Amino acid sequence: MKKITNAGKASVILVILFLATLWVFPMWRIDLRAPQYPGGLSMKIWINDVKGDVDIINGLNHYIGMNTIHKKDFPEFVFLPDTIMIFMGLGLVVLLLNKKVGYYIWTLLFAFIGIFSFYDFYKWEYNYGHNLDPAAPIKVPGMSYQPPLFGYKKLLNFEVLSQPDIAGWFYIGAGVILVGITIYEWRKSIAK
Amino acid sequence: MNKLLLMLGAVALIASLQSCKMKSADSAVAGDAAQKVYVAPGKYDEYYNFVSGGFSGQVTVYGLPSGRLLKVIPVFSVFPENGYGYSEETKAMLNTTNGPIPWDDQHHLELSQTNGKQDGRWLFANANNTPRVARIDLNTFKTTEILQIPNSAGNHSSPFATENTEYVVAGTRFSVPLGDADVPISSFKKNFKSTASFISVDKNTGHMNIAFQIVLPGMNLDLSHAGKGPSHDWFFFSCYNTEQAYTLLEVNASQKDKDFIVAVNWKKAEEYAKAGKGHKMAATYAHNTFDESTQKASTVIEKEVLVLDPKDCPDMVYMIPCPKSPHGADVDPTGEYIVGSGKLAALIPVFSFSKIMKAIQDKQFEGDFYGIPVIKYEAALHGEVKKPGLGPLHTEFDNKGNAYTSMFLSSEVVKWRLSDLEVLDRVPTYYSVGHLMVPGGDTRDPSGKYLVAYNKITKDRYLPTGPELCQSAQLYDISGDKMKLLLDFPTIGEPHYGQACLASLIKDKQVKFYDIAKNKNEFVSMGEKQTKVVRTGNRVDVYMTAIRSHLVPDNIEGVNVGDEVYFHVTNLEQDWDVPHGFAVKNSTAADLLIMPGETLTMKVDANKQGIYPFYCTDFCSALHQEMSGYMRVSPKGANVPLKYGTGVVAADAATK
Repeated sequence: MKKITNAGKASVILVILFLATLWVFPMWRIDLRAPQYPGGLSMKIWINDVKGDVDIINGLNHYIGMNTIHKKDFPEFVFLPDTIMIFMGLGLVVLLLNKKVGYYIWTLLFAFIGIFSFYDFYKWEYNYGHNLDPAAPIKVPGMSYQPPLFGYKKLLNFEVLSQPDIAGWFYIGAGVILVGITIYEWRKSIAK
Repeated sequence: MNKLLLMLGAVALIASLQSCKMKSADSAVAGDAAQKVYVAPGKYDEYYNFVSGGFSGQVTVYGLPSGRLLKVIPVFSVFPENGYGYSEETKAMLNTTNGPIPWDDQHHLELSQTNGKQDGRWLFANANNTPRVARIDLNTFKTTEILQIPNSAGNHSSPFATENTEYVVAGTRFSVPLGDADVPISSFKKNFKSTASFISVDKNTGHMNIAFQIVLPGMNLDLSHAGKGPSHDWFFFSCYNTEQAYTLLEVNASQKDKDFIVAVNWKKAEEYAKAGKGHKMAATYAHNTFDESTQKASTVIEKEVLVLDPKDCPDMVYMIPCPKSPHGADVDPTGEYIVGSGKLAALIPVFSFSKIMKAIQDKQFEGDFYGIPVIKYEAALHGEVKKPGLGPLHTEFDNKGNAYTSMFLSSEVVKWRLSDLEVLDRVPTYYSVGHLMVPGGDTRDPSGKYLVAYNKITKDRYLPTGPELCQSAQLYDISGDKMKLLLDFPTIGEPHYGQACLASLIKDKQVKFYDIAKNKNEFVSMGEKQTKVVRTGNRVDVYMTAIRSHLVPDNIEGVNVGDEVYFHVTNLEQDWDVPHGFAVKNSTAADLLIMPGETLTMKVDANKQGIYPFYCTDFCSALHQEMSGYMRVSPKGANVPLKYGTGVVAADAATK
C-alpha cells in the first residue's frame, strides 16, 4: 500500500489542532436583534455547552410558546465531544499506519460526522421552531420560528443571523484541508 | 372744520407714538448655539451634570450640553415613584433621632476625588434643614448612606471634600447650643456655637463617620472649600453674622464691614484628635446605611462625638477678615488663591495661601475672635477684583487661569483673571444667579469648555405655569475669550449647586441588574418554586416573584381584616431595563419599583374586607396588562383557609 506524503502527514497534525479549537472557542453563533435590544442578543453554541444570552432568549420565547433551551436537554453535548475526540485519536492512528487508504477513510469519517452534525442541528432547529405550546399567549397563524441553519432570517420583530463562530471556521477549515489533501494524495498515487 | 381736522390729526400723531421703553432683557444667542447643544437622538451627552434639588430634597441628573433630564435620585425626600422611603427596605434611610423625616432641603453636591481630581465613585449631598450628609453610589445612582450631624443646624457649608476625599465637611449655618441645652435665645453670644464637622470617608467602602467636630464661636458658617496642592492640609469656611445677631438678621447681621474666612488646618486637627486633645461628648445621631447584599437599609444611633476646642489646639484655626457677609470661599485649581465672595460687598477679595502662611509665621495678627487669631486683611490679600458687579456669590475656575463669579444682584456672570484680577468679560443670566458650575471647576483639573449658571428666578423665560414657576440652569460656552449663552433648561426644585464630570468616568461601570444569586434579602424568593404565604399571628408574609408576565402567587386567600400583609416581591429578571412595578388597590404605601434581581417589600394593612387586585405598574412586556392578581380580605375571624397559587383554575363545580 502507498504511504502518505509529508504534506499529508503535516495535514493530519493540522486537522487535529484545528479540531482542538472546539474546546477553546464556540463553534456556532446565532445573533438576534430587535428594536428593544439595540446591543443584540447572542447565543453561542459550544461543542459541549450553550452560552450567551440563553436565559433572556428563553424568557422571550415563552410568549410564542417555544421550549426553553437547557444544556441538559442536549445529548449532543456529550456524544459530540466524544466523537470528535475519537476522530482526533484516529488521526494519530492514520499517522502511525502511514497508509493512504487510512487517510481516505479518515476523510470519509469526517464527512459523515459533519453531515450528521448538520442534520442533527437542523432537526433540533426544526423542532425548536415548530413544537409550540398550544396555550402560548401569542399565536401568529401559520408562523413557525425555526432559526436559519446558516444565514439570515426575520422572525417577527427579531432579525436572526446564524453562522459559524471561531471554532466552527476551524472545523470548516479542517474539512477543506482533508478534502484538499485527499485529492492531492490521490493524484500523487495516480502519477506514480 | 379745519380746527377739528387739526385736533384729530394731533390725537392720531400722539397715539402713533411709541412710549419710551427700557432696554429689554432678550438674550442674544449666537447663531451656532443650537448646533453646540444638539445631541442627536440616540447619541450620548458628553457630561453628567448632578444638580441639587433644593427644597425637593433630591438630586437630579442632566446630560450636558443637551440639558436633558436623565434621572431624579431620591436622597432626603420620600419618592413614591419608586417606593423610596415607603418600602420596608428603604424606610430606614430617612430615620433621624426625631424619627423618619420625609423631606429636606438639599443644597450642595460634591463628587469624590483622588489626588484632587474627580474619581467617579461617590456623590455627596447635604441636607440643610435637619443636618445630614448623604453618599450616593455612582455605580447604581442610589443613596447608600445618610449620616446625621449632631450639634449643628442649617448644614449649609457642606458636603465639600478634601483632595483624596479623606474628609467631607459639615458646617453650622444656624448656631445652636451644644448638646441641645435649654438656654434663652438672647444668650446667643455665650451659649450658641457653630461647629465644623469633619466626616471621614473610608477609601474603600466610602463608609462615613464623624471623625471630629471643631467648636467655633456662635456665627453662621457658610460655604467652604478644601485647599489643593500646597494648601492641601487646609479647609476654608466663609462665615457671616459675626455680629452674632439672633433676631432680624437681615439688618443686624449686616452691620460689620468684614466677616471672616475661617482657615482650618485639618491635618493639625487630625493630629490633635489622635493625641487626645479633644473630648468625647455625648450626642445622639442617626447613621443610616443601605446594605447592597441584603438590599436593606438599617439605622444605628451613634452615641458620642469627638469635639475639638480651638483653645486647646493652638495653630489649628485662623480667621481672615473678608468683606462682607461672604457666601463662600473658593480655592483655585493651583491651591494658591482663595476667593471670598462677599454677597453684600462691592469687590471680590482674593487671598494668597503663601501670604497667609507667611502672615501666620510672622504673627501678623490684628487681634482675635474669641481667642482665635485674626490675620491682618492686607497681609493675607493677593488683591481685590474691583467693581466686578453686584452681589458676588460664588466663583468657579477654568483651566486657563480664569475665574467666573456669579453676581446675584446684577444677574450676571463675570469672568476675570486670577493673576492680575482684571475683569475680562461679563454676560447676563436670567435671572438672579446663585451658584455656577464648571465641570471639575472646584477641583485641580477643571474643564475649560462649559459653565452652567443656576438661576433662582425665571419670570418670562418659559411658558407660565401659574404662580409657581420653575427655576433654571443656563449653559454657557467658555472655550473662547467671550462667554456665550447656549441653552436654558428648567430644573426640579431649586438648583443650588451642581457637579459635572465626563460621562466616560462613570458610564461604563453602571450596574445593569442585580445578580439574583447574590440577593441576600431575608425575604427573597429564589425562583417561583420558593414562593409562599406564611401567617405568624396577624402578620402575613407573601413571598412573591415577578417575571414577564406573571406574579407568583397571583391568587391569595385567607387574609383577614386586622392582618398586616407584607408583600416581598422579588424580580426574577436578569436583564437590563426590565424592572417590574407592584401596587395593591387602596394601599397607603407607595408603589414598588423593583429592579431585576432585587427584592422589595410593601406593607399593606388589611383594614377592610374585599377583593384587592394587585398588578405590575411598570410596562414590562406585551403581556404587562395581564400581570396582575387578587388578594381576598375576609372579615375578622372568618374561617377562610390560607390558600395561594398561580395558574390554578378551580373545577366548575367548586366555583358556585
